[in-house]
Amino acid sequence: MSDEIGRLPGDPLSLVLEQSLNGLQLGVLLFLMSAGLTLVFGIMNLVNLAHGSLYMVGAYLCAWGYALTQSFLFGLIAGIGGALLVGLIIELGIFRRIYSGDHLDHVLATFGLTLVINDIARFIFGPAALFAKVPDFLGGQTSIFGLFAYPTYRLAIIIVGLLVAAGLSVLLQRTRLGMLIRAAASNRVMAGALGVNVTALYTFVFVLGAALAGLSGLMAGPILSVVPGMGDSVLILAFVVIVIGGLGSVQGAFIAAIMVGVIDTLGRSFLKPIFASFLDRSAADNAAPAVASMLIYILMAAVLFLRPQGLFPPKSR
Amino acid sequence: MDNPAVRRCAYALLGVLAVLPLLATAIGDPFYLGVVTRMMIFGIAAMSLDLILGFAGLFSLGHAVYLGIGGYTVAILSHYGVTNGFMHFGAAITVSAFAAFVIGLVSLRTSGVFFLMITLAFSQMVYFLAISINAFGGDDGLEISAPSALGLDLREPLVLYYVVFATLALVLILGFRLVNSRFGMVIRAVKYNESRMIAVGFPTPRYKLTAFVISGAVCGLAGALLANQTLFVSPSLIQWVRSGELLIMVIAGGMGTLVGPVIGAILYLLLEQVLSGWTVYWPGIVGALLLVLVLVGKRGVIGFITERRRAA
Amino acid sequence: MKWLKASLFGAAASLALALPANAADKITLGLMTSLSGTQAILGVEIRDGIQLAIDQLGGKVGGLPVKLVIEDDQGKTDVARQLADKFVKSDKVDAAIGFLASNLMLAVYRPLVDAKMITISSNPGPSQIAGKDCSPYFFSTSWQGDNWAEAMGAYLQKKGVQNIYLMAPNYAAGKDVLTGFKRFYKGTIAGETYTPLTQLDFSAELSQIKATNPSAVFAFYPGGLGIQFIKQYAQAGLKDKLTLYTAYSIDQTTLPAIGDDALGMILTTSWAADLDNPTNKKFVQGFQAKYNRLPAPYAVHAYDTIMLLDSAVKAVGGKIEDKPALLAALRNAKIDSPRGEIRLNTNHFPIQTFYQAKVVKGADGKPSIKIEDVALKDYSDAYAAECPMK
Repeated sequence: MSDEIGRLPGDPLSLVLEQSLNGLQLGVLLFLMSAGLTLVFGIMNLVNLAHGSLYMVGAYLCAWGYALTQSFLFGLIAGIGGALLVGLIIELGIFRRIYSGDHLDHVLATFGLTLVINDIARFIFGPAALFAKVPDFLGGQTSIFGLFAYPTYRLAIIIVGLLVAAGLSVLLQRTRLGMLIRAAASNRVMAGALGVNVTALYTFVFVLGAALAGLSGLMAGPILSVVPGMGDSVLILAFVVIVIGGLGSVQGAFIAAIMVGVIDTLGRSFLKPIFASFLDRSAADNAAPAVASMLIYILMAAVLFLRPQGLFPPKSR
Repeated sequence: MDNPAVRRCAYALLGVLAVLPLLATAIGDPFYLGVVTRMMIFGIAAMSLDLILGFAGLFSLGHAVYLGIGGYTVAILSHYGVTNGFMHFGAAITVSAFAAFVIGLVSLRTSGVFFLMITLAFSQMVYFLAISINAFGGDDGLEISAPSALGLDLREPLVLYYVVFATLALVLILGFRLVNSRFGMVIRAVKYNESRMIAVGFPTPRYKLTAFVISGAVCGLAGALLANQTLFVSPSLIQWVRSGELLIMVIAGGMGTLVGPVIGAILYLLLEQVLSGWTVYWPGIVGALLLVLVLVGKRGVIGFITERRRAA
Repeated sequence: MKWLKASLFGAAASLALALPANAADKITLGLMTSLSGTQAILGVEIRDGIQLAIDQLGGKVGGLPVKLVIEDDQGKTDVARQLADKFVKSDKVDAAIGFLASNLMLAVYRPLVDAKMITISSNPGPSQIAGKDCSPYFFSTSWQGDNWAEAMGAYLQKKGVQNIYLMAPNYAAGKDVLTGFKRFYKGTIAGETYTPLTQLDFSAELSQIKATNPSAVFAFYPGGLGIQFIKQYAQAGLKDKLTLYTAYSIDQTTLPAIGDDALGMILTTSWAADLDNPTNKKFVQGFQAKYNRLPAPYAVHAYDTIMLLDSAVKAVGGKIEDKPALLAALRNAKIDSPRGEIRLNTNHFPIQTFYQAKVVKGADGKPSIKIEDVALKDYSDAYAAECPMK
């Protein structure tokens, strides 16, 4: 019985390139998942644990819509629209009352909300996973520089993520609306005194965050499983990313997400061969995934220890 | 918190718990002893969280990790043939205190929501570690062949009940003394205005770390008791949902009162059991109740009781 | 409130026990499984399978009316332990059935069998319980945890497949499954990778597989993880180039979510809806009529728990208070299962046949599981020899 774990393939360069692309795409997916969260925290100082539920709503409604009408466009609208709508309802109904409360209030309320929305999803769609597939026009493979084939859908995720990052940056830095948002974020009272409708602004930001969450959910749906509670594991990842990046900073979230994606992917690909060089095989087999699963938490703890405000905190608060 | 109304609640609770077994034997159903024992164990864990949450103002979302550490310490010692009860509990407290020291050292450099996230991160790390270590069962968990030998037979539900009750009473009484001592005063002042305390000259990080370590140690003790009751430990004790539940127990009972969390633990576990017998959607209902709790002001049960008394 | 009723019943039962034992006029079953949490879908299958069996038997097991107590262990071992105590001390059930994850089974095993409670697993089959820790009070109508992987290993060995790449999550079950696979598969192994349990994205591992260039891949990813892995495997373009063999990933609880991506994939199983026997037809039709969906093997195993009890209780003529006779009847029972007739091994685990199946397009255009070949015939498990019971 021969085994060749840790043997590098015939073309190491091509594999490293492919794994880096994998890391990039995971990072972009993580960015999509965390962009809305950091926006809401940065602008409104709201810790939104229900972000994972909004992600789930996007995934569910898109999967349901697409299966119903065979039109991905309809699914897209259903997913983002649904997340938007749910976001609006919970902002108006619940979050308005707790902005003034402390973070503990936010955590408890949004934790409670997550439990409620998870069970509503289970009640409507059942506990089994829903069918979510990659739209046909994004199916298949694309050749990367003739070196290797890469799933087209993953490339689409990268493109969408980059567009979102660019769009948010433009919105916040180069539009009047963005300026108003940033003004309200740095001094709510002053902005209100100057005639800015801060309440409406907050609602807008929250709903935008919800739409982003929904978008990330519906994009992730075809590659993950659409089940009640699917947002919970993603939520923790998203929080890790924005804490590393710096709470409230969209650029920080972007860089941190890419970092986390690449480190996690490269860790999983190359930790085992590295461990195998100085541990025996079964120890390497066990230690590598164990360390890999703890890697991003270790990274987060290290960042919080050395630079608690994150790697790229927002410029002024 | 020298509130006499709170103290009266504490005495009343202890009184009820002391005589409850007589009631259980009257009904003829010893099963309830086990149920209340578990409630008291989680009451102890919730009290430990209240020390840092209600008094020091530190929101931790990773407190269940000490339940796991305390429980696993007992299980691992037992696995290697060490059955002495004093060793079990002593080790559980010491190991948990040490873990809290390490985690606190890193986490207390942050505050607010960052602190929340980092405590969660540590709890996740320990969870994954527990799953990966095959020698101690990994995901399958570890069976404990016999309860800690304390000269008492902890297999007897009534004996275990009173041992846990005694621990609860001790922790409650010592807790009251702690929060009303100079140390407790400093901690409470730090919660309200840390910069002022620093300006006055108190080394606040040291105080916070001490509180954090004490809290971890007491929770580890609760974990050791739980291990004795279940005679089994598994990584499911360290899941982050458990930490969330502890948080709910503290808030529902009334944070910053020490006795409130015990009541919160009892009510929460009772609710969970009753609801799960009725419907599979019980987590959703718990979530809805939690939302209501937050929206009406999270004074908790104790707040509700003591406020009525003050009005009267 | 449930407890009041339960405690009054408990009081009455204690009184009843004080009197000379009369013939029981009903049988109380305690069903414990995870009905909330991430494993809920399987818990629901188990509950539904048991309920269907009771319904099809007219609400009676072995002629005795059934009182079914259903409890949710929430996936927590300390809750499971408390529920085991409840079954023994408060509800005073005649048998504790169901269960779900192995850690939950292990948490309640000792308390139940030490209390001489008849315990029947409709799902988990930890190796210790099949082997050195076996008990005369424990029975399984499902499998021993390694079975489907052993069957796949046997099938691939039989087919002479070589150079296989193995994948599983890094937890106890993952390691056990791959060990079970290697018990029967003796060919070459191109690579063996364990992934972190909560990993969402497998692109790194899939790239690694492409680079390693094995002849085939065997992966163990249960439930939601399986859905993710298989979808991503297909999306990476590997499906048509490199056959994916799986166990525990593709069944009726996951196939609707995976869809056409699963077509052509090969798996091993103990049951499929197309098994041709009258009990199976009655089971499948009844399940579809009652629950409006197709059953998965988990429901079959649970259905058989009731079938086992039914045959044993009939054998003792309804006198379940005669424990030794009931135990013997359970031990020697012939279970009329949708899998065919099943008997139990010396360690009380079922002896059954495992099949190789393939996912094909069904008559309705949807993917369905079709049995093609026998992988392991009349097999129980690898641990029976360690069990002292003969």
